[in-house]
Amino acid sequence: MDRTAQALGLAIGLGLADARARIPDLLAYDADPHADIDWLERLADGCIRYTPNVALDPPEGLILDIAGGAHLFGGEAALVAMIEDRLARAGMTVRPACADAPDAAQAMARFQCLPGADEAAAVRRLPVAALRLEEESETALKRAGLKTVGDVASRPMATIAARFGAEAVTAIRRLLGEAESPLTPRRTAPALVEERRFAEPVAKTDFAFAVLAELAADAALELEELKCGGRRFEAQFFRTDGLVVRLRVETSLPTRDPKAIMRLFQERLDGLSDPVDPGFGFDLVRLCVPQSEPLAASQLALEGGAVSETQMAELVDRLSTRIGRGRILRLHPQDTHIPEQVQLALPAVEAPPAAWPEAAAGEPPLRPLHLFDPPQLILVEDEQPTEGPPSRFRWRRAFHDVILSEGPERIAAEWWRRKGGHEAGKGGPTRDYYRVEDARGRRYWIFRHGPKADWFVHGVFA
Amino acid sequence: MGESVSSLSALKQRIARVGAASAVAAGAPVALGHAGIDGVLGGGLARGKIHELFALVAEDAASAAGLALMLATRARQTGALLWLRTEAAERRGGRVHGPGLVDLGIDPGALVLGVMPDELTLLKAAVDAVRCAGLGAAVIECWGNPRALDLTASRRLAIAAEQSGVTALFLRMEAVPAPSAAETRWAVSAAASAALDANAPGQTRFAVELLRRRAGPAGMRWQVEWDRDRQTFRDPAPSGLMVPLLRDGSAAHPAAGAVRRTA
Repeated sequence: MDRTAQALGLAIGLGLADARARIPDLLAYDADPHADIDWLERLADGCIRYTPNVALDPPEGLILDIAGGAHLFGGEAALVAMIEDRLARAGMTVRPACADAPDAAQAMARFQCLPGADEAAAVRRLPVAALRLEEESETALKRAGLKTVGDVASRPMATIAARFGAEAVTAIRRLLGEAESPLTPRRTAPALVEERRFAEPVAKTDFAFAVLAELAADAALELEELKCGGRRFEAQFFRTDGLVVRLRVETSLPTRDPKAIMRLFQERLDGLSDPVDPGFGFDLVRLCVPQSEPLAASQLALEGGAVSETQMAELVDRLSTRIGRGRILRLHPQDTHIPEQVQLALPAVEAPPAAWPEAAAGEPPLRPLHLFDPPQLILVEDEQPTEGPPSRFRWRRAFHDVILSEGPERIAAEWWRRKGGHEAGKGGPTRDYYRVEDARGRRYWIFRHGPKADWFVHGVFA
Repeated sequence: MGESVSSLSALKQRIARVGAASAVAAGAPVALGHAGIDGVLGGGLARGKIHELFALVAEDAASAAGLALMLATRARQTGALLWLRTEAAERRGGRVHGPGLVDLGIDPGALVLGVMPDELTLLKAAVDAVRCAGLGAAVIECWGNPRALDLTASRRLAIAAEQSGVTALFLRMEAVPAPSAAETRWAVSAAASAALDANAPGQTRFAVELLRRRAGPAGMRWQVEWDRDRQTFRDPAPSGLMVPLLRDGSAAHPAAGAVRRTA
């Protein structure tokens, strides 16, 4: 329902057939709430150029916490004018309102009425609909002759609570700014922000990147003063049309080396499937450091140990940035006997090297180098032995004659994790593992669940 | 006085370590500990080079991977060990199993595992990794003969290794040997191990063949056994001698007959 439709006398709630009858050349589109929310979120992200605290107020509102920040844009009125101007260029109409409490601001924006002498008076003049109560309660209030928020607020709160519930009282108190109404910001404010505004929009990504490098150098100085190093960095390029391009990188060791940071950003940029579209240009570039850790001033070690560690960390960061953090892994041991769960592969950028136990001296390898998950079925052609491993099996279209074998090593399921696992027969299947070597010297780890069950190969030894 | 003497000796030890580290960096070869192979190679595998390990059939892939990891463990001093492979390799050959690495004497804590979506990404990442001088050793696992892996790609990798001094072991699983810039080329397969008590499979053993070598003759074959506890390769004891001895032993101690006692 746009402005033209309203001017033609259409209203929400009117049937489509009726509307078509009145205006034959009507253009109707299906409502798409998901696209609406998506657009609202993108607008919210664009608004972090004004304040870090931006909250969504669905279906069509945004709440900006401009406390203490409005003077940077020349005061509240100038800031509001700036936002209206920017959104008008994108073809949107805004109904802005500033108030001391977020609920009051959104109510005034939605139910804009005659301006009052001051903010409190204006809030009191709002219709009861601004309380956003249930329809029944709203009608009841109107029937009782209470038309405005001020009317309701002048009654004793106890009677309001008794008649309409505690929510009504909370709504009134929030609207009047007497009760706290917490905002849920879309993003938490980062610890460190460096930004550069341009008088004229910049249409070249290369230039925006050069500015980002300068910001990284500034951030490095500031981090050095704080004796910190960043673990995560986020570059935000604000387009003039209100959209934001974000690039995020992370490092495995805290760092403040601007060159290293810029190399990671370049990797991320090169790895994008779509190149960054500057649109009509960027007018603000920002570098945020959302996560930082203590990092003392460093000195190069004589042996070069520290240097090689840093180089390795940089390699891990670079590969993780380009190929994906879930692809560069470190193995961490887990306290379990189940072979599939005995290790956890964690992203190397966030997991430090783990300490693994040593093997018992003098033993041959008891666990395979490679493990199949899920285990692979093998065919045992001879008569199934009730005890011991098969003498010959078929796996991947080849026969293997078992020459050497050891077992069984029985690995039971974790019955204590199962409901009723302590009762006989409910503990889950038990596996009998054998280490076998075939005639050509290849070593396999095979198992079966019981005397009459199928055989599986679970791993291969070196 | 005593304190200053002890601190002086500590300093001397430290300087000696620095000297040893620089000797390693200068390119002392990676000795295998196996007299025959070290003799032919002139002391061991050259550092800062690419060494290709072929598993000519898929069944020997695990053996080739094991040998590459052992060589990499001997090549790296304190640096990390990087193993790059593809998702397809993980599906075909199985996932890397930490306890299995421990059982081979390879520290999984020092391992950084890279699982790449395809061969092209793998080769690009490999060049980047080998260029990084902070890396202890690199194992690159590649299945078949992908188009991306031509002589140029191989030479690029070799130059990167030469500049950084990183020793790279290139695993070629189920591949046909093709011209490359590698320093040495080996064919690896599993070999029958010496049986332990009660017919249990014994220590890891490989049959290796030196297919090609840049600076010298090739074509030799050896059987090597990995001594996990001393982290070195050794000549396997001739099985003709070993087996009767064991049989005698088990006959002499009937208690140890049917089952080998594991620790």
